[in-house]
Amino acid sequence: MPKQGKIEVNEERCKGCYLCVSVCPNKCLEKSDKFSKTGYYPASYKGSGCIACMSCAKICPDLAIKVYEL
Amino acid sequence: MQLLNERPKSLLDVSMHYCPGCGHGIVHRLVAEVMDELNIREKTIFVAPVGCAVFADTYFNCDAIQGPHGRGPAIATGIKRAKPDSIVVSYQGDGDLASIGMAETVHSAARNENITIIFINNAIYGMTGGQMAPTTLIGQKATTCIYGRDPKVNGYPIRICELLSSLEGTRYAERTTVHNVAGVVKTKNAIKKAFQNQVNGIGFSIVEVLSMCPTNWGVRADNPSEATKYINDQMVKIFPPGVYKDVK
Repeated sequence: MPKQGKIEVNEERCKGCYLCVSVCPNKCLEKSDKFSKTGYYPASYKGSGCIACMSCAKICPDLAIKVYEL
Repeated sequence: MQLLNERPKSLLDVSMHYCPGCGHGIVHRLVAEVMDELNIREKTIFVAPVGCAVFADTYFNCDAIQGPHGRGPAIATGIKRAKPDSIVVSYQGDGDLASIGMAETVHSAARNENITIIFINNAIYGMTGGQMAPTTLIGQKATTCIYGRDPKVNGYPIRICELLSSLEGTRYAERTTVHNVAGVVKTKNAIKKAFQNQVNGIGFSIVEVLSMCPTNWGVRADNPSEATKYINDQMVKIFPPGVYKDVK
C-alpha cells in the first residue's frame, strides 16, 4: 500500500511556473482556473492521487507547497 | 496528518522577488535547509552578490552583507580571516563570479580560503536584462548577441569548475543542476558537503548549480518543460555535472 498524502498550495506565494505539475509522478497537480491575488493562475491539487513523494515540494522555487502524509 | 516539509528556520517567511520558474528560490531553500541541518545558522555570515540574488540578504535569517559586483570571495575572505569561527558563504551568479569577479574567485581558490561559494550558472546576465555572460553557450541568443554567440567574435564559454579544479588550493568543486528532482537532491548533498568542508576546516569549496532563467532565455515561464529541456539538452553538454575535485 503506497503512502497517501495531501498537498496544500499557498496561492499567494505560487507564481505559476508549474514545475510541480511537470514533476508529479501521479499527475495530481494542475493549473488552477482561478486568478490569484498576485496575478497568476496558481497550481492546485486535484484532490486525490498524492503519494507524499515530495517531488513537488523539492522543486518548488517559492516554497509554496506543503505536503502532508495522511 | 503530518506535515512533511516545514519551512527552514534559516529562511524568513517572506515572498521572494524571483521570476516564475527561476532556480534561485530552489537553491535558497537548499542552502537554508543545510544551515538548519548543520545547526550553523547563528554563526553563518551570508555574502549576497550583485545580480538577481541581490536581495538574498533580506531572505535569510542569518547575518548577511551585500557586496559590490564580483567581490563576494574577497569580502568572504576578509570576514573569515577576521572571524575564523564564523561560517562564511558567498552566493554568486555567473555574471558576478565568472566575469567581473573572476580575479577574486581564482585568487581566493589559489589561496585556499576556508569559505564556501554557491555559484548559480544560468548562462546569461539575469538582472540587467539578458546580456551575454562568460558562460553563455555557443549559438545561444542574448540581447548583446542577437544572432547567437559566435566564437569568432565572442569567444567560448568558461567552465568554472574545470578551471578551479586545476588550482592546487581548491578543495572541493562540484557541478549540479536543479532542473529536475534528482538534480535538486544532488545539489542539496553538494551544498551540504561544501558547508561541512568549511566546518571541518578543509578549505575552499565551490558548488556550481545549473539553473533556469525562463525570462531571459526567451522561453515560456508557464511551461517549465521548455527551460528544463534547454538545460537537459544543451547546457549539460557544455557544463557536464559531476564532482571535479574532492580533496579529503
